[in-house]
Formats: sequence, C-alpha cells, structure tokens
Amino acid sequence: MIKRALTGAVCVATLVAGAFVGMNAVADEHANLIVNGEIEMVVRTEAPEHMENVDTIYSGWVYRATETQALQMDDFDNPGMLWVDQAAEYFETAQGPEGRSCQDCHESPEALAGVRAVYPKWDEERGVVQTLENQINECATERMGLEPLKYTGSEMVNMSALLASVSRGMPINVAIDGPARETWELGKELYYQRTGQLELSCANCHEDNYGNRIRSDMLSQGQINGFPVYRLKNAKLNAVHSRFKGCVRDTRAQTYAPGSAEFVALELYLASRGNGLSVEGPSVRN
Amino acid sequence: MKRSVSILIAVLATGGIALGQGMSPADVSYDEYGAVEVSLSGQPGNAEAGEKIMTTRGKGNCIACHQVDALAEYPFHGEVGPPLNGVADRYTEADLRGIVANAKMTFEGSIMPAFFKNSGYIRPGIAYTGKAAGPGDLFPILTAQEIEDVVAYLLTLKE
Ligand code: HEC
Ligand code: HEC
Repeated sequence: MIKRALTGAVCVATLVAGAFVGMNAVADEHANLIVNGEIEMVVRTEAPEHMENVDTIYSGWVYRATETQALQMDDFDNPGMLWVDQAAEYFETAQGPEGRSCQDCHESPEALAGVRAVYPKWDEERGVVQTLENQINECATERMGLEPLKYTGSEMVNMSALLASVSRGMPINVAIDGPARETWELGKELYYQRTGQLELSCANCHEDNYGNRIRSDMLSQGQINGFPVYRLKNAKLNAVHSRFKGCVRDTRAQTYAPGSAEFVALELYLASRGNGLSVEGPSVRN
Repeated sequence: MKRSVSILIAVLATGGIALGQGMSPADVSYDEYGAVEVSLSGQPGNAEAGEKIMTTRGKGNCIACHQVDALAEYPFHGEVGPPLNGVADRYTEADLRGIVANAKMTFEGSIMPAFFKNSGYIRPGIAYTGKAAGPGDLFPILTAQEIEDVVAYLLTLKE
C-alpha cells in the first residue's frame, strides 16, 4: 500500500518534469510484463556474477512508455507477430533443389523451443561461436541447398522472430566459459571501447546512464533479450546487429558489418549480460 | 550544404571573419585545470548563434545530455550531464572554453565529447554515416567560432 502510493508520487513528479521539457512518454519502471495473460517475463533480476558494475539487470521493456509497453502484452497488438506468422509459413514451405522445408528436420517451430535462449553458442564442428542467424543459414545452405539468407534481411529477421517467439519466457542462458571464452573477451573489450569522434562506448550510455534521458530517449541497459525488436520508429522488425550498427554509427564511428566476427562477439557478450532475463522477441520498442 | 550555411550565418553574426581563420585543435593550450584563456577564433562569441548550436542535432546538441531551463522552448533535454543552469556563476570564461573545446582536460575520462578535436580517435567515421573517415575527413565537431558562440551563450546562464 505504502509502496503503491510512493510509486504514484514518483510518477507525478516524472510527469511534471516531463511536461517541463515537453515530453509525454513516461515509463512505469515498476510494471511487470505478462504476455497474453499467460507468459510471465522476468524483466528485472539479479545481474549474473560476471558483471562487475551492475547489480540488477532490466529488460529494455521497463524503460519504454506505458503505451509502448502495452503493445507487447498481447500478441494481437504486437505488430512483430505478423512477421512471425509469415516465418511460420516459410518454415513449412518446401524449397530449394531438394524440395525440403525446415519442417522436414524440425517437426514444428515449437520443437525448437529453448534454442533462442542459448545462442550465440560455441559450434564444435566449425570451431567458432555461432549466432542463431549463422545456424539458420547453416541449415538453409547445407541442408536445403539454398543461397544464404541476407544476415539482417527480412526473411532472416522473420525466422529469428519465429524462433524467439517459441522460447518466450525462458531465461537467457548463454555459455561464456570453455571455448567461447575468447570470443566473449573480445565482445567485452568492444563493449567498453570508446569509439568514433564522440568517443563513446556502449557502457557510457547503457551501463553508466541507464534510466537517464538522452534527448528524447530514455536509455535502457541495451539488453538484447527482446530481439528481434519491432520499432515504432521504423515500423519493422529490427535485427540485433542492425541495432548495434545504429548505436556505433551514432558515436560518429565506422561501424562493423552485420554478421562480422566483432558483432558476433559483441552479441555473445551482451547476451551474457542478460543471462536470467526472459526471451521476449519479438518485442516492441520505440 | 547545411554546414556551409550555418558557418555563413556564424560569419555574418560575428561581423565577418574569414573562413578558416582561428586556431586549429593542435594550437589550443589548456592550463593544468583544462581552462583555455584566449578566444579560439580571435573574435568574441555571439550568444544567439551559440543558442542555436546548443540545441541543434549534429552541432553541439548540448541539451541531448544537459538540462537548461532557459532553453525550455526546445523540447527534450537529457540527464546524462549536470544541468547547466547558473553555469556562469560557477566557471570563468576560460574554464567554459576549455570544457566545451575538450571536456576531458577538465574532467578526466568524461563522457562529454570533445567538440574541438580532430585526431586520436578509435575507428572514426564520417559524421553519422558509419563509413570510415580518411585522414582528410576529420574536422572538429564545432569550428573555433562556434566554440566561442557556445561559450558566449553559457556566460548568459547566471542565477
Ligand atoms: C550515445 C548513446 C549510445 C551509445 C554510445 C550506445 N547506445 Fe545503444 N541505444 C541508445 C539509445 C538512445 C537507445 C534506445 C533506447 C534504449 O533502449 O536504450 C539504444 C538502444 C540499444 C539497444 C536496444 C535495447 C532494446 O531493449 O531494444 C541495444 C541492444 C543497444 N542499444 C546496444 C548498444 C551497443 C552494443 C552499443 C555499443 C556498440 C551501444 N548500444 C551504444 C544509445 C546509445
Ligand atoms: C554525451 C553527453 C554530453 C554532451 C553531448 C555534452 N555534455 Fe557537457 N557534460 C557531460 C557530463 C557527463 C558532464 C559532467 C562532467 C563529468 O563528470 O564528466 C558535463 C559537464 C559540462 C559542464 C560543466 C557543468 C558543471 O556544472 O560542472 C559544462 C559547462 C558543459 N558540460 C557544457 C556542455 C556544452 C556547452 C555542450 C555542447 C556543446 C555539452 N556540454 C555537451 C556530458 C555531455
């Protein structure tokens, strides 16, 4: 009861401050996310042990405006689900020289529940860390005889949305020990490297300043548990490496290419900072 | 195109200094606290032009990180840096020039970008294109005169 009243007071204060500088979007940082009235998401939890400067990790959902948050609470309101449906069709469509579909090897998308939560992941055979996109392309090229899907193209993003959607609510749990360690270390280095003419690192915005506004945006922890993300800003599903590219570009730096070794490493590192949050994709952000 | 237009405006506003005049980043001398005594352009700043730079994305965009009550008519002020209200009561002109030109000389390791610097970066790009910048592509984010204009504006922030 007391807590509730307090929250109310904080909200009013935020509203007043917001009105002053002409903002309307106010995030309710205490809200909980339950999708379709049944999938309970962990949007805040204790940080994994390997994180040195953060005690609690938060999903980016927590920092969005109430109206944006609501769009993710029901699949009928979540525009990202339209592309999940398209990918579900693709999943069962026979194609390529051998006329195969994903379904020939994987009974249903649901049979792949849990996969999203553990990628990027060390691939024994190839001797590299693979993203989910790499794995999808391995199937497409080696098992179906298709041309590789474009790394951040719509077919790929849709498929990754489908695979995320069947894992929703499961905790992110990527491995960072053993052979994946070296890639993880590279990702960590990139996370703290201050790039570009603005000399900003990911950490400057997403570790030192989450919860603070930067111009009209409220900074989140830059978690990737919600990817792919439907953004109101461009009205489409966005791949995680597209988001990385945008953030690096905004430091007035030369970006890395989607699918590059650097972005794969950064993805593994970021995923590991979200270990314990729920898979949320496709999520809705602004 | 946009760049040359705003330079032109700055030139007109200050009564016409020749383009390219003033110091280059390598010439600036910071004292041990990071302050810079002399005008970078050799000219006084124009506070009105400074206000534009403070609030324009791709220029200073200072309000992306700082709240300035006097600029309330421009929407969306950030919270990454401290509010700048009354900043002229706390700092001298030389302090402010140093902070705007390269805040890292005053606040070690600061998140605040250096606005008068054009080398020593990791993976610099050409403005916000994401493309690699060659040696000829890097200019300070603000010109010497633009720094002076911003300093002139900051000096109006008294409480
Ligand atoms: C100048 C500030 C800034 C820097 C530096 C920055 N970002 Fe961001 N980032 C933002 C803003 C603003 C948003 C949108 C609001 C939010 O979700 O935080 C964002 C969003 C994100 C998101 C989406 C989170 C979600 O829930 O949808 C990810 C992931 C991300 N950033 C990763 C990175 C990575 C990786 C780097 C470094 C390579 C980086 N950012 C550097 C400003 C920055
Ligand atoms: C990316 C964020 C960012 C931007 C953009 C930025 N600043 Fe800052 N600024 C900071 C931070 C953070 C500090 C606090 C110093 C520190 O501890 O690093 C600061 C400190 C200052 C101070 C000292 C304030 C005090 O009370 O001590 C002044 C003056 C200032 N900034 C002016 C500006 C001006 C003018 C611009 C634009 C031309 C600007 N800043 C752009 C982040 C920023």
